[in-house]
Amino acid sequence: MERSKRQKQRKVLLMGRSGAGKSSMRSIVFSNYVARDVRRLGATVDVEHSNIRFMGNLMLNLWDCGGQDSFVESYLTNQRSHVFTHVAVLIFVFDVSSKDTASDMLSFASTIRALHEYSPSSRIFVLIHKMDLVPPEEKTAIFQKKSSDIRKACEDEEFLPDQVGFWATSIWDQSLYRAWTQVIYYLVPNASAIENMLSKLADVLDARELMLYERTTCLVVTHISRGSEVKNPFADRFERLSSILKTHKHSMAKHTGTMASEVSFAEMQVKTGSFMFFITRLTENTNLAIVIANDEAAFNCARINVQLAKKEFAHLDIMEKKAKDPQRAARDSVAAEEDARGSEDGDMSSQGQPSDR
Amino acid sequence: MHTLFGENILSPPPQEEEQASTNPFDLAFNSNPPATSDASGGSSLQQNDWLTQHVQNLSVVDGATSYSHGEQSGPPPRRKGNPRLLFMGLRRCGKSSVQKVVFEKLPPAETLYLEATTKIERASMQSFMTFDSAELPTSLPVQSPDYDHASIFTNIGSVIWIIDSQDEYLTSISELLRLAVFLAENYPRINLEVFIHKTDGLSEEYKYDTFREVRQRVQDELTDYGYGDRPVSYYQTSIFDHSIFEAMSKVIMKLLPALPSMETLLTKLCSTCRIQKAYLFDTLSKIYIATDTSPTFLKDYEVCSDYVDVIVDIKQLYGWRDEGKQGDQNSIEESMVSFDKSGDTYIYTREISNNLSLICLMGQGSGPNMRPVLDYNVEILNGALQKVFKV
Repeated sequence: MERSKRQKQRKVLLMGRSGAGKSSMRSIVFSNYVARDVRRLGATVDVEHSNIRFMGNLMLNLWDCGGQDSFVESYLTNQRSHVFTHVAVLIFVFDVSSKDTASDMLSFASTIRALHEYSPSSRIFVLIHKMDLVPPEEKTAIFQKKSSDIRKACEDEEFLPDQVGFWATSIWDQSLYRAWTQVIYYLVPNASAIENMLSKLADVLDARELMLYERTTCLVVTHISRGSEVKNPFADRFERLSSILKTHKHSMAKHTGTMASEVSFAEMQVKTGSFMFFITRLTENTNLAIVIANDEAAFNCARINVQLAKKEFAHLDIMEKKAKDPQRAARDSVAAEEDARGSEDGDMSSQGQPSDR
Repeated sequence: MHTLFGENILSPPPQEEEQASTNPFDLAFNSNPPATSDASGGSSLQQNDWLTQHVQNLSVVDGATSYSHGEQSGPPPRRKGNPRLLFMGLRRCGKSSVQKVVFEKLPPAETLYLEATTKIERASMQSFMTFDSAELPTSLPVQSPDYDHASIFTNIGSVIWIIDSQDEYLTSISELLRLAVFLAENYPRINLEVFIHKTDGLSEEYKYDTFREVRQRVQDELTDYGYGDRPVSYYQTSIFDHSIFEAMSKVIMKLLPALPSMETLLTKLCSTCRIQKAYLFDTLSKIYIATDTSPTFLKDYEVCSDYVDVIVDIKQLYGWRDEGKQGDQNSIEESMVSFDKSGDTYIYTREISNNLSLICLMGQGSGPNMRPVLDYNVEILNGALQKVFKV
């Protein structure tokens, strides 16, 4: 318990060739941009750092690395150790419509070579982006081909196959959320503990499905499916829900005249003949979506029970009053961070992520 | 006796002597001199309403059973025929785009690739009611005397003339005037609606100027022709936002014979439950077929329309169990979402029938303890609406 209270900072590198769509992606997921507004974004100069707090105790330290060749050159030479040490996740974005595949691959290969040198245990998420530009019938084939090419490059650089994941994405549909949900799930430090608690809650409520999502990004952190809901034909329902909620957020922001980042609702209920659905706040940063059978009494019970369960989950979001100062120190000095990581070893290995030393 | 959603709100206000014996509160108002004008009579009924709300609620069952709107006052609304629309306008003004976006759910960005229309194109949309629409290519000389215009214009409810506001619109106005005169002479029952279209590319100020200029010109010219008294409605529209749906809603609403009854029902509901705005939505097309009489704002419509999308999407994700088979008929399908953390203001949605939903924007002071009142009154409204739409 003590361990989970400490804030965890994870370094996430977002890289790719110039114009691949890195910043667009980041703006949509984390800054509440609408897909059609990203055309206003300019080129990223050097590295844009952003710290995103996730569920209170996970701090995403996102490095959006400008993709122009001169910048990439400098990441790989004089900034090499600065950029590539202590990386938890590298997200590499490929533009599927790019004409110059050879140099894309070259840039990818040299990037992961540097990564392997400084953070050999990090995870790589490869996003084949702008899939909306590919005709629907060719999507799978192109994706297969691309990913097998890239996988080969990864193996050449001695990355294990399970360290690398491939996702086809587009900012125009929910596929973007599918990829990012996986990234987040991998990074959340106590995912298995949360899952345990949620599945207990699901048993108590007799719910068909629970989804825990982060409020600002609408990314689903984890979900529990029980009984027949496992057979739900919409396997992509979680990222769809992210996308639905995000759209709703924008519409609400427009109506109330506030910033999209500030919009949050207390409760949403949908009751139909076959199921009942509600979303309520669980913790400071997360909302819980619950699907139960069509039963008014069970529905009201569930609402009360979730309220009661809130305090059990409260420790997931420790407000960082105390943790803030050590955190800052940790960022400045590598030694302090190594210490912190040392004490977290047990927790990390429990999610299958070895420490990167 | 007039109940909250009883018979008399669907028919003209009853004469004072009709209700004299039944309502205990009527005595005071009956003592008014019989010379009272209609207007003041109406207002006294209004007060009456408030005073006797409790009594009304108790006796609402009686009111509902004695209800007989469908039989007596003309043919029931759906028998009268579906709303039929005819789109007209100069070439490339956006007729096909409007038709495709509203009735066929084409994404607005894709209308760029639509081909020019060369023959009369009809489309119909099966939803809560069937919307029939047709589009006339510009080349058709419908107004020439030897053309069989009857085949086109009979049965049409509204003619929608679309003006491209980003283009030179003077030619379009003169064409519109010819049409207006033609309609006034041959088909005086057809509503003429003017969409000042493609406003998305104009600045706020310029948009308003254009709108006013078009209206002014058309009105002046029509007066010169001697048809100044013919009502022509003007709307600013764009397919890239919700304005086209709102304009279509207003066009369709005019064609529904049951509109006054629905409007009154909604207005009463709003005043009873402190609702800011209530809409009856056709869920599929997202056109509203009735709203209360308070002023309408595009902003309110937008948020409601977006919320309908949210509900439909969520229903799709988890409603897979009963695809094909009919769900539990008795269950109430409803939904709500609050605007902010306090939960004081919220949107409430209730399904009236397949493809028809009541959507309410709840105002300040309609917190959780107002819910029972809302639930009860919506139930009554539901019953009344079912009767209005019963064939």
